[in-house]
Amino acid sequence: MNLQRNWPVLALVLLLAAGLSAPLVTGASAVAFFLEVLLGGLMSGVLYALVALGFVLIFKASGVFNFAQGAMVLFAALALARMSEVMPLPVAFGIAVLIMIVFAWLVERLVLRHLVNQEGVVLLMATLGITYFLDGFGQTVWGADIYEIKLGLPKTPTIVLDNIFQGGILINVEDFVAACIAALLVICLAVFFQKTPTGRALRAVADDHQAAQSIGIPLNRIWVIVWSVAGFVALVAGMVWGAKLGVQFSISLIALKALPVVILGGLTSVPGAIIGGLIIGVGEKMAEVFLSPVMVKAFDLAGGGIENWFAYVLALAFLLVRPEGLFGEKHIDRV
Amino acid sequence: MGAQAPEGVMSARNIGDIVLKLDGVSLAFGGVKALTGVSFDVREHEIRAIIGPNGAGKSSMLNVINGVYTPQQGSITFRGETVTQMRPHHAAEMGIARTFQSLALFKGMTVLDNIMTGRNLKMRSNVWLQALRVGPTQKEELAQRAHVERIIDFLEIQAYRKTPVGRLPYGLQKRVDLGRALAMEPQVLLLDEPMAGMNMEEKQDMCRFVLDVNDEFGTTIVLIEHDMGVVMDISDRVVVLDYGKKIGDGTPDAVRNNQSVIDAYLGVAH
Repeated sequence: MNLQRNWPVLALVLLLAAGLSAPLVTGASAVAFFLEVLLGGLMSGVLYALVALGFVLIFKASGVFNFAQGAMVLFAALALARMSEVMPLPVAFGIAVLIMIVFAWLVERLVLRHLVNQEGVVLLMATLGITYFLDGFGQTVWGADIYEIKLGLPKTPTIVLDNIFQGGILINVEDFVAACIAALLVICLAVFFQKTPTGRALRAVADDHQAAQSIGIPLNRIWVIVWSVAGFVALVAGMVWGAKLGVQFSISLIALKALPVVILGGLTSVPGAIIGGLIIGVGEKMAEVFLSPVMVKAFDLAGGGIENWFAYVLALAFLLVRPEGLFGEKHIDRV
Repeated sequence: MGAQAPEGVMSARNIGDIVLKLDGVSLAFGGVKALTGVSFDVREHEIRAIIGPNGAGKSSMLNVINGVYTPQQGSITFRGETVTQMRPHHAAEMGIARTFQSLALFKGMTVLDNIMTGRNLKMRSNVWLQALRVGPTQKEELAQRAHVERIIDFLEIQAYRKTPVGRLPYGLQKRVDLGRALAMEPQVLLLDEPMAGMNMEEKQDMCRFVLDVNDEFGTTIVLIEHDMGVVMDISDRVVVLDYGKKIGDGTPDAVRNNQSVIDAYLGVAH
C-alpha cells in the first residue's frame, strides 16, 4: 500500500472514524442510536450502489456514460408496478426482465451500432435522448400516477437487540430485505464478471474494443448482454425503491444521487460503485444526524438539509484530489 | 528448435499453396490514398514481411486483411473464399489473428486472463450456463486453461501469470500480445511491428519466438517491420510498399538489390 498515492483514502477513513467516535463520547446510551443511523445509512447506500452499478457496467463495457440509467430504473419500476396489478409479482418480474432485454437489444440495434468509434460526448447525448424518450414513453404506456409495488413485507419497524442495548435498535424489515437483495445481486454480478468466460470477454471489451474484436469477441452481442444486465439491475433498483417510496417520476432523479457515487468509487470499478454507495449513504445520514446539531450550535444556522448536498460536496472534493475515484483506473498517456 | 538460417528454414517447413491473396486493393481516407492497387499473396507456412518507410501503408494493409478497414477497391481471398471486405469478427473466426503495434492489451487483467480471452471463440458453453456455473462450463474452462498454460510455457512468461499486464515491462507486454493471438490457434498470424521500440536483446527474443511459432505450429506469418535487418533475416518473401504502392516483391536478397527499393529507403537525387 503506497501511502502517498492513497492518502485521500486514508483521510476519508480518518474522517469517518472521527465521525463514528463523536457520538460515542457523548454516552453509552447513544450507541444504539448511532448504530441505527449507521444501518439506515448502509441501507440507502446499498440502493445508491445498485443504481451506480448500472452506470459502471455500461461505462466499463462500452465507454458510454449512460445518462439513461435513472430513466431505466423508472421505466422498469413502472412496468413492474402496473403489471403486478393484474398478475402475481414473480410473473410480472419475469416479464419486466424480458422487457428490459428487448430494450437493451433495441438500444444496440438502433443507437449504439451506428455510433461505434464516435466521441464520448456524442454517445452521452444519445443516452440523453434515450432518457427523455424512456421517461415519456413510460408515461404513455404505463401512466403518470404514483403506483405501488407490494413486496408483501411488513412496513412496521421492528426492535432488535433490545437485550444488549437499552431500548434496542429500530430497523425496518422491508429496508433490511431490500438491502439483502441488493447485496446478493452485487455478489452475483461480481462472480459473473470475475469468474466466467463471458465476464472475461466483457472486461476485455471494456479495456480495448479493437483488440477484443481482433480475437473474435462479438462487440454487438456483448453490448446487448451488458445493457440487459444494466436493465436487470435497474429493475431490481426500481423494485426496491418503488416498494419503499412508491413508483413515481422522482425515482428517475435518484440517478443524480448515483453520480457522486461513481465519482467517488471510480467509473470503471464494480467494487468502487458498491463502496462508494455505502460511503455516500452512511456519510449523508451521519452528516444529517450528527453534523447538523453541531452547525446549529456553532454557527446559529437553521441546520438540516445536509443530506441533500453532502454527497455532491464529497464528490467535488474527490474530483479535486483524486479524479479517477477510489478504485478507478488512473489514465496515463504515453507522450 | 527454430532454424537460424533462412535457407534451412525454407526447406524444413515445406511451404505450401497460397492461403491468402490480395488483389488490387485500394484504400483512401477522404483525399488521402493509403493504398493504391496493391496485390500480393501469402503461401502456407511461410513468413511474409511487409516493409516500407513511414506512412507507406503497411499498417493499413494489415488492417484491411484483418477487416478493420474496408477497401474501396479490390478483393481478399482467404482459403479459397473471395470477399471484397473482411470483418474483424469474421476474420477471427476464419483463423486470422493479429498483434498490435501500439499495445492493445487488456491492461487491467492478468497475463493469464489476457491470453484466456484468445480462447473465446473456442468456448462453446452457453452464457446462462456460465452464469450459473453448471454443466460443462467448468470442464471446458479447465481444458482451455491447459492450452493456455502451454502457450505461457512456450513464451517463457510463467513467472508473470498472475501479474496485471499493465505492470509488465514493454518487451514482456509484446510477448503477452503474441500469446493472446496464439491462443486462437490461428492459420495466419498478422504481426504489426512486433519489434518496435525494443532493445537488441528483446528483439532477438522476439525473433526466436516468431521463428519457433512458424516452425513448431506451422503458422503462416505476415509481419510488418521497420527494422530491415530483422526482416531480411527471418522472412521468406518480402513485399515493399511506398506511398501506398507496391514497389518490390520477392526474396530478401532480390528486394535488397531492387533499385526502387533502395531509392525509397535512401532517397533519390532529383
